[in-house]
Amino acid sequence: MTAVAPDGTRRAYLDHAATTPLRPDALEAMLPVLTGEFANPSGAHTESRRARVALDDARDRIAELLGAGPGDVVLTSGGTEADDLAIQGGWDATAPAAAGAVGPGVVVCSAMEHPAVLEACRALARRTGAELREVASDPWGRVDLDALAGACTPDVRLVSVMAVNNELGTVQPLADVATTVRQRSPGAVLHTDAVQAVPWLDVAALTAPFDLVSVSAHKFGGPKGAGALVLRGGAEVRPRMAGGGQERGRRSGTPNVAGAVGMAAALGATAADRAVDVARVAHLRDRLADGLAARVPQVVESGRRRDRVAGIVHLRVGGVESEALVVLLDGYGVAASAGAACSSGAVGPSHVLESLGLDAAAASSGVRFSLGVTTTDDDVDHALDVVPRAVGQLRN
Amino acid sequence: MPSTSSPVPSGNCETEPVRVLVAMSGGVDSSVAAALLVRSLGTADVVGATLKLWGGESDSGCCSVADVDDARRVADQLGIVHHVFNFAADFETHVVDPYVAGHAAGRTPNPCIECNRHLKFDRLLERAALLGFDAVATGHHARVDQDPDGTYRLLRGADVAKDQSYVLAMLGQGELARCRFPVGARTKEEVRAEAVRLGLRTADKPDSQDVCFIRSDVGRAGFLADRVPLHAGRLVDHATGDDLGPVEAVELVTVGQRRGMGHGTDGRRRFVTAVDVPARRVRVGPPEAALAPGHELHTVTWVAGPPAGPADGVVPALAQCSAHGRAVPCTLRPVADGLSVEFVEPQRRVAPGQTIALYDPSRPDSVLGSGIVR
Repeated sequence: MTAVAPDGTRRAYLDHAATTPLRPDALEAMLPVLTGEFANPSGAHTESRRARVALDDARDRIAELLGAGPGDVVLTSGGTEADDLAIQGGWDATAPAAAGAVGPGVVVCSAMEHPAVLEACRALARRTGAELREVASDPWGRVDLDALAGACTPDVRLVSVMAVNNELGTVQPLADVATTVRQRSPGAVLHTDAVQAVPWLDVAALTAPFDLVSVSAHKFGGPKGAGALVLRGGAEVRPRMAGGGQERGRRSGTPNVAGAVGMAAALGATAADRAVDVARVAHLRDRLADGLAARVPQVVESGRRRDRVAGIVHLRVGGVESEALVVLLDGYGVAASAGAACSSGAVGPSHVLESLGLDAAAASSGVRFSLGVTTTDDDVDHALDVVPRAVGQLRN
Repeated sequence: MPSTSSPVPSGNCETEPVRVLVAMSGGVDSSVAAALLVRSLGTADVVGATLKLWGGESDSGCCSVADVDDARRVADQLGIVHHVFNFAADFETHVVDPYVAGHAAGRTPNPCIECNRHLKFDRLLERAALLGFDAVATGHHARVDQDPDGTYRLLRGADVAKDQSYVLAMLGQGELARCRFPVGARTKEEVRAEAVRLGLRTADKPDSQDVCFIRSDVGRAGFLADRVPLHAGRLVDHATGDDLGPVEAVELVTVGQRRGMGHGTDGRRRFVTAVDVPARRVRVGPPEAALAPGHELHTVTWVAGPPAGPADGVVPALAQCSAHGRAVPCTLRPVADGLSVEFVEPQRRVAPGQTIALYDPSRPDSVLGSGIVR
């Protein structure tokens, strides 16, 4: 999506893992709801029924594409709420620790989780007294399965392992994770944050063994402010907000009909185009990663390419602070990202890189280029032109 | 076109360098500093940056999300790019840790000065240079001037009451060549009026107070108590060594302090003359015991090298011992690993760890250098 800024400079948006532009299908589907079918779907009148139909149709489609029944999709305000509902609400819905067990039980997550999961687990531990076990990663950015097995004792009540890491793009070994957890912690609820997986992978198949799955619409061309938690195999969650009992009592609040409709349309378009998009974006990704490796000395590509989704190239640039690199790249017309941005916009050392065992300097040298379905060859060319220049300037 | 060889006219922006990074705290001074730079350079060559310095809780003072928002919105209004730089790790290392360690050892560090020394005029200058900026600007009330021979001078701000040259007194030629204080030639009143005129949302923001990383409801005592063990001790007479009673935490007492020290048998107030943490003793005495003939400084810095003095090596100067204290006549004499400052008239004793800023008696608004009281 090469664009030209008002001052005439060329820009390449390579931050699709942060958010994506709205797909035309999503916008088209949402407009009638935003304008015509505006009513509250919970009402008893004709206008409400029409909104209700739009909402139900959207939910059916989302459920089908994510591998769940329509009654098992809880619409949320996005990925963070879905994660919190899964972890805190999912925990509250599980049976207390078996008789004779010590304490309220154990929650397990990978140390490379998005803050939405990590902080929900920490909040849960503070609130309930649960023990939190954070499982380290292997050097390639995948959860360490041996460490996971060690953490999964019989008193574990909930396990959360992401489908695709948001900084590195590494696909996690979910099938092995599920096998390990089911064997060693048979009572545990199994959650995965699949927010970064949807644009690139068949989430229904990938997450089939999981009880709870979080997705967020704006990561795959849907609108911001819309997400979902999928419940499978009779899994249940307790609501996190008191209110009118919408979403079958699991999530109160007037449903975001336009958000649901946009999410369904974006999900449909993503699934329909996936094979073609993945191949095309993977080719662009390879060109970008290979080109940068050839042009910039002392860069390490994080994670093995075969383990990663098509859209993400994460590089550790020796001797360069990623915060400065991202600022400089912005000035040169490339939108990229470094580590985890906090609410004020500052960049800190990446906890994901730290979970790989890297030191603070290395954990502050990561830069992520994330491509999307709108990324073009021109974007890659622009990045290949600009990034070596910026790195050279910072190493000067 | 700017030229590196032409001297910078006093208090003027005409020969500002090409690209300037302006540190925006979210306060009114730095907001107006950015606005003045935009006026002289245009929007393309001015970029705002807010430093995230403190990861913990604070009332305000350049680190809260609200302050970052204010800075960003002012930058938007001025039409300039704005970034946030996370220097929290450096701030912890260079400002907070030494602050805590200083108090634990009975010293009274000045965290603002260390922040300027290590963060704003070192880390930020370095970052700015990497990003291709020629200079860093801040909202400090101080001025930079250049002698005909090219030597930079650090001068007091035009607003005597708001002058901040004391907290910048550690700057040398390398820094002064690359920093700008656009509001230094204006009074605070003029700065606020300019902010109002431009409709900046920070126009009415109160001045920052106290130590930015300490919340007012926790206070210095609470902040330190969370980080180091505090020890009860005894007050003793400075001359006789007589025990005068208990003191709650020797680490929280500062040399020169009067509050909480009670009165002597003659009814006069007592002052702290020394804090001895290992011995858990605070020495106190009458007002005249609180005076000192001078101090020895370490970490001595010079704006333009040590001043040339008479043959005996003793040079006259003016010493300012706190941010808004009066500059008093003194003489300077080099000593091993430092500098001896001898007051012409004895002055209230300055706590170890505090900075003394030195000014030129022949040009009293011009900073000579600085040092930290041993």
